[in-house]
Amino acid sequence: MKILIQQMITGISIGSVYALIASGYALVYSLLDFSNWAHGEVCMLGAYVCFMATTVGTLPYWLSCVIGIGGAALISLFNEKLAYRTIRNNGSPNMFLMIAAMGLSTTYQNLANVVWGSKFKQLPKIFAVGTININGVFIGTTDMVCLVVAAVMLVVLLLIINKTKFGLHVRAVACSGRTAGLLGIKIDRVIAAVFMLAGALAGLAGIMYGMKYNIYPTMGNVGIKAFIASVIGGLGSVPGAIAGAVLLGLIETVVSGYISSGLRDLISFSLLILILLIRPSGLFGVDVQEKA
Amino acid sequence: MLNSFQEGVLIICCVNVIAVLGMSVLTGFTRLFSFGNAGFMSIGAYAAAIASVQFHLPFPLAVLLGAVAAGVIAYILGSLTIRLRGDYFLISCLGFGECVRVLFNYTRDLTGGANGYSGIPYRTTGIVALGCAIVAFVVAWNFIHSRYGQALSAIRENEVAAATNGINVVRYKKMSFVFSAVYAGWAGALYAHYLQFITPSLFNLGKSSELVITTVLGGLGSLTGSVMGTIIVQILPEIFRSMSEYRMLFYGIAVVLVILVRPNGLYGYREFSLKRCVRSIKNIGRTKRGKESES
Repeated sequence: MKILIQQMITGISIGSVYALIASGYALVYSLLDFSNWAHGEVCMLGAYVCFMATTVGTLPYWLSCVIGIGGAALISLFNEKLAYRTIRNNGSPNMFLMIAAMGLSTTYQNLANVVWGSKFKQLPKIFAVGTININGVFIGTTDMVCLVVAAVMLVVLLLIINKTKFGLHVRAVACSGRTAGLLGIKIDRVIAAVFMLAGALAGLAGIMYGMKYNIYPTMGNVGIKAFIASVIGGLGSVPGAIAGAVLLGLIETVVSGYISSGLRDLISFSLLILILLIRPSGLFGVDVQEKA
Repeated sequence: MLNSFQEGVLIICCVNVIAVLGMSVLTGFTRLFSFGNAGFMSIGAYAAAIASVQFHLPFPLAVLLGAVAAGVIAYILGSLTIRLRGDYFLISCLGFGECVRVLFNYTRDLTGGANGYSGIPYRTTGIVALGCAIVAFVVAWNFIHSRYGQALSAIRENEVAAATNGINVVRYKKMSFVFSAVYAGWAGALYAHYLQFITPSLFNLGKSSELVITTVLGGLGSLTGSVMGTIIVQILPEIFRSMSEYRMLFYGIAVVLVILVRPNGLYGYREFSLKRCVRSIKNIGRTKRGKESES
């Protein structure tokens, strides 16, 4: 029983990292109706920026985390300004956005490979790695920190979207971009801000993932897991993405703990196909018409 | 005629041409994206390899078996997922491709797991590969210019309009999906008999996205463009061997640039034609002469 609780806390902790990335997918999808494949790479670059700031820049750890998050936000903004906005202004079909995102993703992954090499890199630890013992249940401190930070950030994100004026603008553009434009909302500015927000969350997720494990050029593939999570929750819905991510994290740890870690990915991908077939709009799907 | 290095490059080129032609029919002519075609390649490769190692089937039969196995799996998967739209279809294919890879890693008794499957006889010579690629191109060309191919193009341009004109959209999409899977399986089977040793990680997500990238670079809606795209993508890194590290980096940048500047790819909707080449060469002369007479 105690082992199960430990597993579940680890699962929720990794799920919360997925949730930070998945909410970025959901935000961008809700505005532009395309899945931003380069999002996982933004997360990877955020981790590398943080790594460079601590090792080469020898900055204090908290500052390099901030720089990593800011760097990821700027890269995300750069993607939007350079590629996505041009394609939207060309009036090309949505599919081209996706192809461009795929190209960007390949570019960044191989750029990281060329610049930093394919070796695993370790982010320095800020706090003693150990376990907390609560009534015989051992919880890793890294897991605990990730869980708390991610939870706080996600609550802040939901508050921003649901309570502030900016959040109102985002929801309006998501509902109908053209109408929102007629009502005087600067659509391009809202989209740019959302890309920065999503990039910052991805950067944070990258740093946390780097703290838990290592950083390497293909770690952007964690973005695929996050994308699955956002499909499970229903594309374009932020609460759905968070719920899907936590669910996926739980399933992954329980499967690798009790069945086989080799089958972990098989089960999460099968689950994805199954959910698409049974409930194509996901658990919290917002609009079914787009999907099936 | 060719030394072994050149023959190797030729074989790799031809194998990829076959896989990309399948992708081109699916993506270029039907506008369905699949990030799972490496999965079909690996099904074809393993089916053919097992057929020729354990059951000692002759090479053509083994290749046929590989292609058919991929086609059957694609038919089953397509029956389930072809109704999904856009991103959802894509992610289900991606999930399928990864499932196949993980599954082949797991079934150690049958496929050798991550250690790979070895001892496959070397049968894909340069002539065989080239012949297969030419047959594949001719078949794809005739398929695209047949009634079925026209229906696929109609679906690409406007699904609703195609449906109102009596085209069974789901059936044709499934046909295109199975077609691309058969081609992928065929390519995989040839590949296995060239390398003589295959591992599941040869057919990972990177391979799938390489196929998509090649198709996009060659042009969405052009078979000759796809062939040329493949040749460029496969041969350039062999020429600039010292730059091979930067290979995928350049392709990534190239895809972004192509989408931004020339969204229809190198060839766009047009096929390569000798007549147009001659005409454009003549036109170059004419404009020169025009300028001369002006001055």
